[in-house]
Amino acid sequence: MRRTALFLLGGLCAAAAQAQTTPFEAYDQKIEGTDVTIKMVPVKAGEFLLGSPAAEKGRSADEGPQKKVKVDAFWMGAYEVTFDQYDLYADKDKDKSPLPDGMTRPSPPYIDLTLGMGKSGGFPANSMSQYGALMYCRWLYNKTGVFFRLPTEAEWEYACRAGSKTAYPFGNEASKLKEFAWTAENSEDKYHKVGELKPNAWGLYDMLGNVAEWTMDQYEAEAYKTLDATNPWLKPTDKTPRTVRGGNYMDAAASVRSASRLMSDIAWNDRDPQIPKSKWWNADAPFVGFRIVRPLKQPTKAEAEQFFADAIDQFVGSR
Amino acid sequence: MEKETRSQFHDQSRRDFVKKTSILAGAALAAPYLSQAAQTNYFSGAAGVIKIALVGCGGRGTGAAVQALSTKQNVQLVAMADAFADRLDSSYKEIVESMKKTPERVKVAEADKFVGFDGYKQAIAKADVVILTTPPGFRPIHFEEAIAQGKHVFMEKPVATDPAGIAKVLETAEKAKAKKLNVVVGLQRHYMTSYRELHKRVQDGMIGDITSIQVWWNQGALWVRERKPEYTEMEYQMRNWYYFNWLCGDHIVEQHIHNIDVGNWFMGKTPVTAVGMGGRAIRTGPEAGEIFDHHFVEYRYDNGVVMNSQCRHWKDSVSKVDEEIVGTKGRIFCDRAQIVDHKGKVLYQFDRKQHNRPYQAEHDELFEAIANGQYKFQDAQMGAEATLSAIIGRMATYSGQQIEWEKALKSGINLQPSRYAFDAPPPIVPDAQGNYAYAKPGITRYFS
Repeated sequence: MRRTALFLLGGLCAAAAQAQTTPFEAYDQKIEGTDVTIKMVPVKAGEFLLGSPAAEKGRSADEGPQKKVKVDAFWMGAYEVTFDQYDLYADKDKDKSPLPDGMTRPSPPYIDLTLGMGKSGGFPANSMSQYGALMYCRWLYNKTGVFFRLPTEAEWEYACRAGSKTAYPFGNEASKLKEFAWTAENSEDKYHKVGELKPNAWGLYDMLGNVAEWTMDQYEAEAYKTLDATNPWLKPTDKTPRTVRGGNYMDAAASVRSASRLMSDIAWNDRDPQIPKSKWWNADAPFVGFRIVRPLKQPTKAEAEQFFADAIDQFVGSR
Repeated sequence: MEKETRSQFHDQSRRDFVKKTSILAGAALAAPYLSQAAQTNYFSGAAGVIKIALVGCGGRGTGAAVQALSTKQNVQLVAMADAFADRLDSSYKEIVESMKKTPERVKVAEADKFVGFDGYKQAIAKADVVILTTPPGFRPIHFEEAIAQGKHVFMEKPVATDPAGIAKVLETAEKAKAKKLNVVVGLQRHYMTSYRELHKRVQDGMIGDITSIQVWWNQGALWVRERKPEYTEMEYQMRNWYYFNWLCGDHIVEQHIHNIDVGNWFMGKTPVTAVGMGGRAIRTGPEAGEIFDHHFVEYRYDNGVVMNSQCRHWKDSVSKVDEEIVGTKGRIFCDRAQIVDHKGKVLYQFDRKQHNRPYQAEHDELFEAIANGQYKFQDAQMGAEATLSAIIGRMATYSGQQIEWEKALKSGINLQPSRYAFDAPPPIVPDAQGNYAYAKPGITRYFS
């Protein structure tokens, strides 16, 4: 049953009242007790072809076979989660309210994981483990009453493509990529503030390039052969590897395509000299970040708690 | 499936590494040992087993032990020591877990787990190689004991927190040389391929003569451990050791030493004076003990070259951990591993996908030398010089005066308590409000 979509991906259940009152349009998610908001963009339910055609330039074998996939509606963060947003959770001085039972905050890293590329003022949060990204979703759920999580690979690619079938959301010409994405060509070897370049057709910025983004799927090279056709999710069975999407600021154009996939690696934390190694951070992956999704049909409280127990507590320190 | 490696920081997966290591471990067992090895007692055990003792069982010590146990040689952990039973126990558990594929490498009998301030002596006695990873204040006495007992040493930086400790480490370094005992210090940039390549090119003249150096360790705040009612003051300080100078040396010594050391390494010498400024701008509460949250030091070498050094623990300010070395013909950006000329043309770029795993490399090289009966590593003097460079920086920012290297070294200034015990008074105690006195430039004095 591991390939079966959880109800949470689309939602079979009547949802929490608060969550259902939001009209299905772009809005700013407030975070109680702060002046920070997260811009959320609606992504309608639909069907698309997951993966890339065999002839696509720069393609890897793990991007196929292409598969027709249906996904339910969700909101997605218009931008990658920034440190201004992440630190509300990570930094106790920025969130005076107590943490929910059983939750802890990320420990401060021993080295500066931004590597001087920038932190406050709109830079993408980076270097967190997948566990750190998922725990942020859990914290946000507790804080707002709205259920957030990471996208599945299918949701991520569906949103990135925004209706396109080409290598990039805007077509096949790599020469235009610099208008939309920070890559090896234009990044000057560092990530940039979110939202400085053009968005895709659905209003999502930096889907490609800048920091690569965590998805909730276990990485498997041949995943598409057996994935479900509706709301697929390759549910994790191990802490590593997970799938990362979108390419990053150090990648060449061939790795920054809608269909390109990257598997996480425990070597991403090689230079953490301590044992136990940090559950929260990757000392060698400054190129990884994430964005959040909010399923339109929200789970009940019990279902949400169950999801966090299954997806997070069983895999503490996933990276 | 083959994918290009997209991280700039590694060249191979952990799985490959483990696979290769375990294959080679078998080969090493069968390797012939040089006769010198037997004479100098490199191995106390049968069949070429290299026995190690871990002194200081925190996160870094546990990491270092696992790295030592992950080398190609036939290494066994046989003893552990820590001031705290809980730290020792959790460390042991982590080591067992990390080494579960080669469990024969962890052989620590209950009787060889030593808790308390004095256990290091017995732990050292059990081993051929000792890993010293307690808070740095203890390093001089632990290093002295290890060399007195004729053991090879891996010790973490910094190697002391005060000039008296430095003097002891330098003295002990001479004894280690006389006994041909290998000593590696965890200034791991010396074991990092990118830095070695940059250093080679400086020696070959690619940037001409060095004219100035900038070094940084600017980052956010670190961990703080909370006081519990059952703690004595000594226990509280031991657990929250980062914030007390006798244990830690301040963050300029504990962390920024890495960058200052790179300056010395590339200059081929140590600074003669330090002058600077610093203070507690952001981190001002009692939980911050007595250390500063920022330092800016101008170090001057005997040929007039200046190294500007800055370190900070300020949240939400620009971060940077790096070194930039400027010469007559070009400059080096160490973190980018790049050398450019003064017009910006790239003269050299290290391929950052190459092997660059310094924490493992320092153990691989040390244990290979030991297994081959070679005497190759004498890092103690370098470690002491880097540490003293950072210490005179702290003395300069604390006092607001210019500090001379020689004068500081000969000063005998000693921050250590007269007695190491949980009921002993530490060298600094809080006032009635729980605050610790800290240095005030212009008022704090080291020399009249």
